[in-house]
Amino acid sequence: MSKNTRNTAFRKVDVDQYGEEVYEEDQTADEGATGPSDAEVQSMLAKGRNGDALQYVLTNAPLTSKNQGVKDKAAQTVLKVLMSLKANEIEGSLKGLDQAKQDTLMKYIYRGFENPSEGSSAQLLVWHDKLFAVTGVGSIVRVLTDRKRV
Amino acid sequence: MPDAHSFGVDPITCYSWNKDQTQLALSVNNNEVQIQNFANGKWSLKNTLTDHTQRVTGIDWASKSNRIVTCAADRNAYVWVQESGKWSPTLVVLGITRAATCVKWSPMENKFAVGSGNRCVAVCSYDKENNWWTSKKIKKPIRSTVTCLDWHPNNYLIACGSTDFKARVYSAYIKEVDEKPAPSNWGTTNNFANLMGEFSSEAGGWVHGISFSASGNHLAWVAHDSSICVVDANHGLKLTIVKTEYLPFMDVIWINESSIIVAGYGCVPMRFNYKDSLTFVGKLDDADSKQQPGKVSAMAQFKAMDSRAATDVETTLNSTHQNTIVQLSVFAGGKERCTKLSSVGTDGQIVIWDIK
Repeated sequence: MSKNTRNTAFRKVDVDQYGEEVYEEDQTADEGATGPSDAEVQSMLAKGRNGDALQYVLTNAPLTSKNQGVKDKAAQTVLKVLMSLKANEIEGSLKGLDQAKQDTLMKYIYRGFENPSEGSSAQLLVWHDKLFAVTGVGSIVRVLTDRKRV
Repeated sequence: MPDAHSFGVDPITCYSWNKDQTQLALSVNNNEVQIQNFANGKWSLKNTLTDHTQRVTGIDWASKSNRIVTCAADRNAYVWVQESGKWSPTLVVLGITRAATCVKWSPMENKFAVGSGNRCVAVCSYDKENNWWTSKKIKKPIRSTVTCLDWHPNNYLIACGSTDFKARVYSAYIKEVDEKPAPSNWGTTNNFANLMGEFSSEAGGWVHGISFSASGNHLAWVAHDSSICVVDANHGLKLTIVKTEYLPFMDVIWINESSIIVAGYGCVPMRFNYKDSLTFVGKLDDADSKQQPGKVSAMAQFKAMDSRAATDVETTLNSTHQNTIVQLSVFAGGKERCTKLSSVGTDGQIVIWDIK
């Protein structure tokens, strides 16, 4: 018998990666994207600058980051902002958003639906309704198809 | 008013008109190709071509040479020639190991290109010596299924869209059948399979339909992220992306040098103008002026209220097509000055639209 019959390292090789039909995502990872700073957001919300807080978190959304932890933290920050705006302020804050930010916001709304907490879904539904009236189904389609996940 | 005709309940997967729109070749989601005669608004089935063994995915009717090329999920393509009323097939050996997805004759009809799930485009030309069609493959750097393609009017550039979210322009110059190509504003290197440009809408989404304008200087495509993209070769391959508010589009076609018609899951064709930027013009289907098809009787309304707690008995859409529009085609006027457009959908209808 040959000497290396005990060598079972070959069992840990991922054979699927060697198939020629494997599709590889475009390598556009942005290692620098760290998402919005929690402290900044806290101070803006404390001063009552809710619209600015929304703009800030959407501009700094870590869409290109590959770090799931960064994305999770950013999602929680955005959710905090979405919960803190009152129902009558929502429409006003939507007016200042360009199309890219609207699409990002719709992604966060659906992300928020995925992990419901006390009263969050009801508030998110109000956001969804108001944003949908502005953007139409196109932004929802992009939540489903966009490769840059939130 | 749009002219609508129904071919039954099955979706129409692909179709192509003959030179003068008196005959239509289509497939209703099966392995057969029907040749229908269209005269005085009436249809009559002339032939059924049954050589494919799996679902037919693409049909193109060459207007000048009167040949039909079909491709199917059985990895084959056939070129059909009409002899005394009957169509006889010639099998084309594509050499692909996955389904063929789309096929188009080149403008001079001496070549045709087939897109496939094999991550390649097979460009086929006729070899006179051996009396058969041979294929050459364009592979790099396509990374997933090719879903749609279109030829440039110069007969050697080809654009293809793929499920790897990209649209690409390649040279498909085959020196055995083509004359030396003149340089175009898409690029100067003309070797076969040379990539002239690779484009993507940033969000990404499967590319469903792609079309060159009549001059070949503009390329438009639609993708599953509800976007429409246009590349302008007159201005250094400038890319314009519009992310629309509608459901994704399945096909796009130029009706003149500055306008496109798009149609898809919204079931209504829409017109966009392109002049440095894309602007929405309007829908071709005037849904508001459409009457409700027949008044609903009071009895039917109460029945619906009782069984379904619904006051609305209507299940039909307020548009001509009742389901997704799958393919658009010029009916009259060519891509330069299209006056009529035809569309087919998964509702089994073919509709002919007037373009004003």
